[in-house]
Amino acid sequence: MDTAIEKVSIIVSKGSLEGIYPALIMANGARAEGIEANLFFTFFGLDAITKKRHEHIKVATVGNPGLHLATIVGSLPGMPGLMTGYLGHKMAKLDIPPIPEFIEMISDSGAGLYGCQASCGLFGISKDDLIEQVQGITTVGEFYAVAAGGQIIFT
Amino acid sequence: MPTITYAGHDVSVNDEGFLTDPGQWTEEMAPQIARSEGIAELTPRHWQVIRFMRDQYQAKATGPTVRVLGKTSGVTVKELYQLFPKGPAKVAAKIAGIPKPRGCI
Repeated sequence: MDTAIEKVSIIVSKGSLEGIYPALIMANGARAEGIEANLFFTFFGLDAITKKRHEHIKVATVGNPGLHLATIVGSLPGMPGLMTGYLGHKMAKLDIPPIPEFIEMISDSGAGLYGCQASCGLFGISKDDLIEQVQGITTVGEFYAVAAGGQIIFT
Repeated sequence: MPTITYAGHDVSVNDEGFLTDPGQWTEEMAPQIARSEGIAELTPRHWQVIRFMRDQYQAKATGPTVRVLGKTSGVTVKELYQLFPKGPAKVAAKIAGIPKPRGCI
């Protein structure tokens, strides 16, 4: 078992529901296996840890062929909310927690959460705008130091 | 299939060290399995989780995930990871002599 993964760092770069959940599931699953995990939220992925946004993450209803929804239908007002509600209902049945609760759980499991300094600068986000579980806003270089010795997964 | 001796009894385990027959398990085996997982001493809080795992397995034929443990065992996710740093559901299941819980959340 000398090839077993002992540490992962997961980069979250997307702000859609389907962009964020896989990263959270990978991180949570890593901790459940006893694997060290750190998350780096960059670009629109920052929404997942931004106080005023993290409860309002939506599924992309246009430009998302996997949804099998005609673009003209997906672009109707209210459609992202409707589809997100539908998916949320299905996920709740499977006991998949909503994003804020999921991130809190991942933090409780001992995983590290970091915001990307360049992205925070771009969007005018300060530490106070981020949820309390976030360790800090770090540069790419600092995060690579956190990630040292492990695998890196980009999502 | 490998065999290990716990508390003076031979038990069958799988490649990951989980008992293949939960019926072979006794409480006397738990401290020795725990030590092999790096847990020096089982506290009453550890035992609360271990007994919960056994009860859940007997009721549902599968062990709970960390998410379920955190919601229903009376021990928070944070404390679960303090008690079982190498993965609460996985390690507690091994100590409790039940199969590794499957589930992604």
